[in-house]
Amino acid sequence: MFASCADPETLSGLSWLMCYLTTGKHLAFYGAFGTVLLLLAITAPVALLFGFGGAVAARSRFAPLSWLGRGYIAVVRGVPDIAFFLFFVIALDQGIEWLRHKAKCPDWDQPIRQGNDFIVCAEAKMPLSTSAQWVHEVYGFWLAVFTFALVFGAFAANVLFGAMRAVPRPQIETAEAYGMTRAQVFRRILVPQMWVYALPGLSNLWMVLIKASPLLFLLGVEDIVYWARELGSTKTPQFTDYPHGDWRMWYFLFLLVFYLGFTRISEIVLDRIMLRLSHGQETLANHKRTGPIGMNKAGPP
Amino acid sequence: MKTLILTTAALALSAGAALAESHMQTVRMGTEGAYPPYNFLNDAGEVDGFEREVGDEICARAELSCEWVTNDWDSIIPNLVSGNYDTIIAGMSITDERDEVIDFTQNYFPPAASAYAAPSEDVDLEGGVISAQATTIQAGHVADSGAALLEFATPDEAVAAVRNGEADAVFADKDFLAPIVESSGGELIFVGEDVPLGDGIGVGLRESDAELRDKLDAAIQSMKDDGSLNELILKWFGEDAKTFE
Repeated sequence: MFASCADPETLSGLSWLMCYLTTGKHLAFYGAFGTVLLLLAITAPVALLFGFGGAVAARSRFAPLSWLGRGYIAVVRGVPDIAFFLFFVIALDQGIEWLRHKAKCPDWDQPIRQGNDFIVCAEAKMPLSTSAQWVHEVYGFWLAVFTFALVFGAFAANVLFGAMRAVPRPQIETAEAYGMTRAQVFRRILVPQMWVYALPGLSNLWMVLIKASPLLFLLGVEDIVYWARELGSTKTPQFTDYPHGDWRMWYFLFLLVFYLGFTRISEIVLDRIMLRLSHGQETLANHKRTGPIGMNKAGPP
Repeated sequence: MKTLILTTAALALSAGAALAESHMQTVRMGTEGAYPPYNFLNDAGEVDGFEREVGDEICARAELSCEWVTNDWDSIIPNLVSGNYDTIIAGMSITDERDEVIDFTQNYFPPAASAYAAPSEDVDLEGGVISAQATTIQAGHVADSGAALLEFATPDEAVAAVRNGEADAVFADKDFLAPIVESSGGELIFVGEDVPLGDGIGVGLRESDAELRDKLDAAIQSMKDDGSLNELILKWFGEDAKTFE
């Protein structure tokens, strides 16, 4: 990267370190932090959306929809994450290719499954094998987002389902007494009030999601843990300009600091959100801070 | 005027044909990227090593355009058969067990010796704890030898296990261990006899990909015939390396 790095053998101390830390490999490592943060930034809202959908479906009075929502929550929560990440993603990828194959190559006469092989016509490949490597990486990233969102969506659905039930019944009854329809009660009373009950559970989920990001490598996305392992492994002088011993400990220490810092910042932000949401709500957290607020009480004071 | 139009048309046609020719078949090459000198990531983060050079040359001769992809060793065969890439070129020895699941080209590297490396001469290779990379022929050999097998996902971790005392010795391709032993400054030495394993290293392919297999086979044969393969072997594995006759 720098001109002075052309001949690393002559360098020592800080200038060696500076050159070492700016090799192409290290830049890929730093880039992987961006990948992880981007994944979290996209997955969290999508998972919340899945969760909201799942919770609403599970509450539905239309039985098949309710079964669907409850089934989603039960099945996805019950399957071990790692099995889900190994099996589901390959199945999803092959499912997409199978659908494309059916649509694009109707006159294909060979079987799709040949022994162990999964064969679709070249036009049905997703992404096409002629596409550049970055297209494959972007596709892999979106598969990862979808899988994470699906898994964490099921947990979020369970949290939201519980939170919707925790909204005090008199609130709903009062709304009904004002003549609001079911939809209006849901939109104006239930959803705005449930968040405060959902937040502790959701913040837990967010923490678990942060820690689950190393599962990315299972999905073929080269994440920070992959790079830490690769960069930290022993390097012999034959194959690199920067030979070193087993430095995995330092790289993983760095990851530890990153994850701890990230979860700490998350905690602070979540606390602030909690304070906001419990404003005017009769919860214990609010009692402690501002004392009881009479306005919200349903019964006589 | 008429000739002008004709020439233009002819030009356009030949340009079109040239364009069609340059649109070569793309082959995605799957490798591990953690097994020097066969394959590794260089400082720039690109796939490098013996197999990179052999693979690029094979592709050039077979008139294919090749794209390099790295994948974990553990899942390198499942990802091949499900079509995430088209070849495995990752120091994979040709064995009967693997041949049942995937196909191989002829070998581009002769049958090589595997060796034990340990901190001292007096380790028990038959009764001790031996580390090896998981799902390799070396791991299979250790399991059969009666020693306690300690498996790791990457070859580097298998070596690290010996350094930190978790295992008594590591068993791997001698060509992989040689640079490590050499640069360890006496910390690790080769112990015991070398063990010849496998039928050499070939390019792994899906069983249904006979056409691609023939193309790669022909390219490897031509590299064997004109001696360029031997040159690459000597370049990456040293003057004493075993070459093709």
